[in-house]
Amino acid sequence: MSLKIGIPKEIHSGEKRVAATPETIKWLQKLGFDISIEAGAGENAYFSDDLYREGGVEIIDDTKVLWAGSDIILKVRAPEVHPSLGIHESQLLKEGGCLISFIWPAQNPELMKMLSARKATVIAMDSVPRISRAQKLDVLSSMANIAGYRAVVEAANHFGRLFTGQITASGKVPPAKVMVIGAGVAGLAALGTASGLGAMVRAFDSRPEVKEQVESMGAEFLELEFEEESSGGGGYAKEMSSEFIKAEMALFARQAMEVDIIITTALIPGKRAPELITESMVRSMRDGSVIVDLAAEQGGNCTLTEPGKVVVKHGVTLIGYMDLPSRLPTQSSQLYGTNLRHLLSDLCKKKDGQINVDMEDDVIRGATVIKEGEITWPPPVLKVQAIAKSPQPAVKAPPVSEEKMKRSGNWGGVLFMLIGAVLLAGLGRVAPPDFMAHFTVFVLSCFVGYHVVWNVAPALHTPLMSVTNAISGIIVLGALLQVSGELSSAVTILAAVAILVATINITGGFLVTHRMLKMFQK
Amino acid sequence: MTEGLLTAAYIMASILFILSLGGLSDQESARRGNIYGMIGMLIAVVATVLSTQVSSYGVLSVAIVIGTIIGSVVAMRVEMTGMPQLVALLHSFVGLAAVLVGFASYLDPASHLEGVEKTIHEVEIYLGILIGAVTFTGSVIAFGKLQGIIGSKPLLLPARHWLNLGLGLVSIWLGVEFIHADSIASGMIPLAIMMIIALGFGIHMVMSIGGADMPVVVSMLNSYSGWAAAATGFMLSNDLLIITGALVGSSGAILSYIMCRAMNRSFISVIAGGFGTTVVSVAGENEEIQGEVLSITAEEAAQELKGAKSVIIVPGYGMAVAQAQHLISDISKELGDKGIKIYFGIHPVAGRLPGHMNVLLAEAKVPYDIVFEMDEINDDFPKTDVVLVIGANDIVNPGAQDDPNSPIAGMPVLEAWKAKKVIVMKRSMAAGYAGVDNPLFYKENTRMLFGDAKESVDTILSAI
Repeated sequence: MSLKIGIPKEIHSGEKRVAATPETIKWLQKLGFDISIEAGAGENAYFSDDLYREGGVEIIDDTKVLWAGSDIILKVRAPEVHPSLGIHESQLLKEGGCLISFIWPAQNPELMKMLSARKATVIAMDSVPRISRAQKLDVLSSMANIAGYRAVVEAANHFGRLFTGQITASGKVPPAKVMVIGAGVAGLAALGTASGLGAMVRAFDSRPEVKEQVESMGAEFLELEFEEESSGGGGYAKEMSSEFIKAEMALFARQAMEVDIIITTALIPGKRAPELITESMVRSMRDGSVIVDLAAEQGGNCTLTEPGKVVVKHGVTLIGYMDLPSRLPTQSSQLYGTNLRHLLSDLCKKKDGQINVDMEDDVIRGATVIKEGEITWPPPVLKVQAIAKSPQPAVKAPPVSEEKMKRSGNWGGVLFMLIGAVLLAGLGRVAPPDFMAHFTVFVLSCFVGYHVVWNVAPALHTPLMSVTNAISGIIVLGALLQVSGELSSAVTILAAVAILVATINITGGFLVTHRMLKMFQK
Repeated sequence: MTEGLLTAAYIMASILFILSLGGLSDQESARRGNIYGMIGMLIAVVATVLSTQVSSYGVLSVAIVIGTIIGSVVAMRVEMTGMPQLVALLHSFVGLAAVLVGFASYLDPASHLEGVEKTIHEVEIYLGILIGAVTFTGSVIAFGKLQGIIGSKPLLLPARHWLNLGLGLVSIWLGVEFIHADSIASGMIPLAIMMIIALGFGIHMVMSIGGADMPVVVSMLNSYSGWAAAATGFMLSNDLLIITGALVGSSGAILSYIMCRAMNRSFISVIAGGFGTTVVSVAGENEEIQGEVLSITAEEAAQELKGAKSVIIVPGYGMAVAQAQHLISDISKELGDKGIKIYFGIHPVAGRLPGHMNVLLAEAKVPYDIVFEMDEINDDFPKTDVVLVIGANDIVNPGAQDDPNSPIAGMPVLEAWKAKKVIVMKRSMAAGYAGVDNPLFYKENTRMLFGDAKESVDTILSAI
């Protein structure tokens, strides 16, 4: 029997996303699952119940019935106390059931215990290893991408000027200057969005290898005159030395005076976000400037950020929203839902509506935080560099050997010519003059052919073959000279057949060349 | 016609042939070059027919008329995707003609040479028949492989190198026997045995060569057919045959060299055969490929193409197999009309014949000024939004540059992976002819479009 997937309505206040959209359910159905959804689950993301119903999904009004009847629960936010029912969602989960959602196991040990008590299998979307193979499951990236976009939109909303520079009849409009700190997925998305709006965009990241990516988004990469390897595991930056931080802070202080908008995205996994924008920097910014702090949830990159709120301090608007993806609910539900369906198709390779939590698979192993009631988090260390290492400079071969090779090549050539000369002389001694005359013609023709053919355009190599084919039919001359004997003699018959095939060759070769060359047109 | 006039005609024909090849240096002069070649051939044939040595015209004209008709029909009917087969077949005719003329020359009662001249003449006959026979069967087998009558997998006999060596030594010994033969009848025996050996050698040589090496084989046979003509020229003391044979021979040799260089393989190793079988064991030791294959639908691919500013299309043999060149041409036109810059990138060994892709694209009316060679276009990939790879594999394999253990390491390739996005159309994940896995398919910026190339291209076209 195929398993039932249930999608409850999100209960976290302000959460507008939903774990499956009418489009992603089609894919889940193809995998063989039965799907039911809580009434109104997609409403906030502008997916009506009717849309789900058309897709063949059962709509269930009662939250408890939905949870109790589902083998697999797909959610966005980690389970929490249900405001209207008054019980914790983990208690609603069917015993031995499977939950797939954000969990944040490091921050939520209590929740982990509760879920473990339910003998559940829990797959934490936030714990999917960040390796290239798992990109299609990577909800952190897909949500960060949206957050980066929305950050720019929020900034524009609170910014009193245009992003793009213009010269109009009513005067000049200066372009906005945007600095993005941290060029991860969110940072890059913010860069792209801001430069799309016409702003002058620059970015800083402690990992120099992202420079190319920053530049590909049309932004300038700010560099420190400082060298330090800073790629930590899993595509994040690691904490830097104090000298580096000093140089970095000096750069930010200089930039703060110049730019209008700062978007910070610097996170270090499992730690408080680094404080990069100090109060004095905020004070140095022009009035009306905007800071969007995408690290608000982890304490913020700016000292003055108030998580979850928009505040104005020293004339600067500080945006500390923690629910940016939820502010674009339709798109983020779609992307999150797609990540989930990729995960489910990895879990259900046979498309039979059953799941197999394969702990041998690095990706599934990493994401599975509880397996049948047993806490399996944290997973064993998996270290793969997310971004290719900067290429090592190639070791230069010592120039001496090259020269040596050249010299030996020259000697080889001389030797070759000497042997050739000796052979020719030998041939000249024995061969009659008649033969030598023909031989002269032969050798010269080879040289002419060599030089002529090297000039042929590579695009015309096929016509070259067919035309050389045609002219090699010149062998017909030999046959023509032999065909005049008696009709029944072997020589005549052989010659006649030779004429026949050689003529096919000549006409076929020339005509097909002609046909081909006619096709080449500008 | 006097001897002097005949020689003058031959000189004219030689010059016209050289001009004909010279004309191929670019598309504009190529057509004129082909006409020169035709005129040269006409002059040579007419002059020979009118010469004193030719006295009976009946058989001659019948053979010429039939040959011309067959040749014209074949040339008009052939599909452009079938060019490799046709070229191979035509090579076999030259080989066959060389064998026939060689025998006829040996049997010719008119020849009465003595001493060294006789020996040299016999060596020439012997060589002419040898090369002709190898060319004949080799080309027939190449034709069969290209036409799909014979499997393209290399046939590897045990101890094949020793077998070849043995056959070579036997041929030399037979040659000595042949020259020492007292009468024509006693000479015929070693000559016939040698011919059979040469025929077998030709079969074996091409049978042991894999499908991807076909461009090399076809150009090599092209070269042989030239040498066969040159040998016949020596045999008949005919300078025009020698000149033409030498031109064709060196042309084919250069083409083979270019093809080998494009695959970073030595000529000897191609001829020795067995590419694609020996490498499998090595493949296991290569760096394990990181990442995952991401697939894409034809509609999504069409979206990508429409959203791009610049597109490079890299066609391979798969396009020829699927006969997708016309649809590809339509796509390029549609995209071009939308203001998207579109180019074609051609690898020297794409297809089964040197320049094969160019001919197919020309047939599909793709203007040749947007079709570029590998060296011309390689620097443009980093600036390109989307690369569409259709039916090509090894020629876009980054392993050739990155992975020193790869069997194709060092082979020059089109650097498609440097573009922002690569869409690879392919039937399945099977390895290319070289039997090498392709890291390109696992790159983050690569999307695979699986399925029959023609259907996929059709869907893309309708979506655009």
